[in-house]
Amino acid sequence: MSKTFDFLVIGAGPAGMSAATVAAGLGVSTVLVDEQPAPGGQIYRNVEAHAGDTRGVSVADWQRGVTLVGEFRASGAIYRPGTQVWQLDAPRDGSCMVYVTDGEQADVLRARRVLIATGAMERAVPISGWTLPGVMTVGAAQILYKTTGRATQAGTWIAGSGPLLWLFAAQALEAGGKIEGILDTTPRINYAQALRYAVPALRNHAYLTRGLALQARVKRAGVPIVKDVGAIEAKGDGVLARVRFRMRGQWQEVQASTLLLHHGVVPSVHATRSIHADHRWAPVQRCFVPVVDEWGNTSVDGYAAAGDGAGIVGAEASARKGQLAGLEAARALGTIDRARRDERAAPVRVELERHLPIRAFLDQLFTPRAGFFAPADDVLVCRCESVTAGRIREAIGLGAMGPNQMKAFTRCGMGPCQGRMCGLPAAEIIARERGMAMDEVGLFNVRPPLKPISLQELAALPE
Amino acid sequence: MTSETVTVYVDGDPVDVAANASAAAAALQAGLGYTRTCPITDEKRAPYCMMGICFECLMVIDGMPSRQACMVKVRPGMRIDRQLGPRKLQ
Repeated sequence: MSKTFDFLVIGAGPAGMSAATVAAGLGVSTVLVDEQPAPGGQIYRNVEAHAGDTRGVSVADWQRGVTLVGEFRASGAIYRPGTQVWQLDAPRDGSCMVYVTDGEQADVLRARRVLIATGAMERAVPISGWTLPGVMTVGAAQILYKTTGRATQAGTWIAGSGPLLWLFAAQALEAGGKIEGILDTTPRINYAQALRYAVPALRNHAYLTRGLALQARVKRAGVPIVKDVGAIEAKGDGVLARVRFRMRGQWQEVQASTLLLHHGVVPSVHATRSIHADHRWAPVQRCFVPVVDEWGNTSVDGYAAAGDGAGIVGAEASARKGQLAGLEAARALGTIDRARRDERAAPVRVELERHLPIRAFLDQLFTPRAGFFAPADDVLVCRCESVTAGRIREAIGLGAMGPNQMKAFTRCGMGPCQGRMCGLPAAEIIARERGMAMDEVGLFNVRPPLKPISLQELAALPE
Repeated sequence: MTSETVTVYVDGDPVDVAANASAAAAALQAGLGYTRTCPITDEKRAPYCMMGICFECLMVIDGMPSRQACMVKVRPGMRIDRQLGPRKLQ
């Protein structure tokens, strides 16, 4: 197989698939690498298995996903599933080096343009007991459901805030799952603050209508919903047994065997940060996003980013942003000229505009509770290295100026996840303790390999 | 949904799982509870994100330690074992 391409796309979600489909359709030699065994990303994970579904809360999503995957598979783009990227190099002599592995052998691919479409991850909010077996994210439970059909079991509590929480609850109930209750942490004040964005959001009311319908469905099923929950703790000796939560100053405790947490999604910026692209702090969404232009170009030559990884916009807008990035790749590679790119982009931008007005409303409504960023001293922030918030504060007290120095003091962020999980919450703690802006604090430096790689895999690498 | 299943061995016990499942999903379905112990504190840990971010699901798969079990699709006869403490050097 050839290892030199014009356009290399990382990630087979809506943005990556759409970009590859557009570029390959214009005759650009395109390869798409993805970690998963099947295309779809997380949102349309294993979606081809749902091709025959005709009903259910997610049938419209799945149909959209099946269409995207079908177009991608027919596009002529080369598809390398089960492939992890572990290093991205700055372009040299006009081509970017992308180091990959399939778990057995490392390899290096060359491309004149690279699109990073690595999507989103669930925001890590450290709470007491979040490392206990039995505690996982809502997204994790949804992946189990999408790949195995397994619904939630008796003893399951869901806690947090955000659209995915309600979608998953409705899906789980539809699949015959049990939910003992939902602890909704959306602060009361968010509703009032989101109201001023409700009118623009009504320009495409399908999102609002659907959100309300999902909530109504969960309520109709008789699932108890506790509003305005201010704090959550997981309790148990080696395994989750109880969930404690605070509502209007009162602590309560319930029995639980599974606790599913969700605090919204944030861009996965590991890859874009590894190439030293510029990032900015988004204060309402409380996350770092790569700085990109209207075509997805990052501050680094040869590299673009699109989809939720370049700022949370949702699946439909991500697909359009992917199309724009695909057109821009074709332009940059000389396959089409500027006029042709703009002509093809015009209807895509019209579509994109339909899916963006809801974002300001959702961002404001689900902006996380400020208290979540000040975990108690005994709460583990870095799961890999078991570093508590208290030790991070101690390191700051001893003079650690920022995340990287704090990491050297404590090992926080030095474990196998390389700070993907603890990066944001640790930066939030530093910002609070030192009275700094998040933009000034930043995140841990990212160094290759982006994923652990064995010497055996590495030995297969060509000279 | 597909109803195709494969048989894998979770801590030695056979379990039938969906052919699309990951090794981590198989371990959870088998009721394994914890899938590793933390190399620092020896606490019990289990898969958390299921999408390759958190590295909490490191397990021994077909004898190979420190595999991200949520990123490995099951194969017939796959051996999926807990990883206790740090990975052992071979």
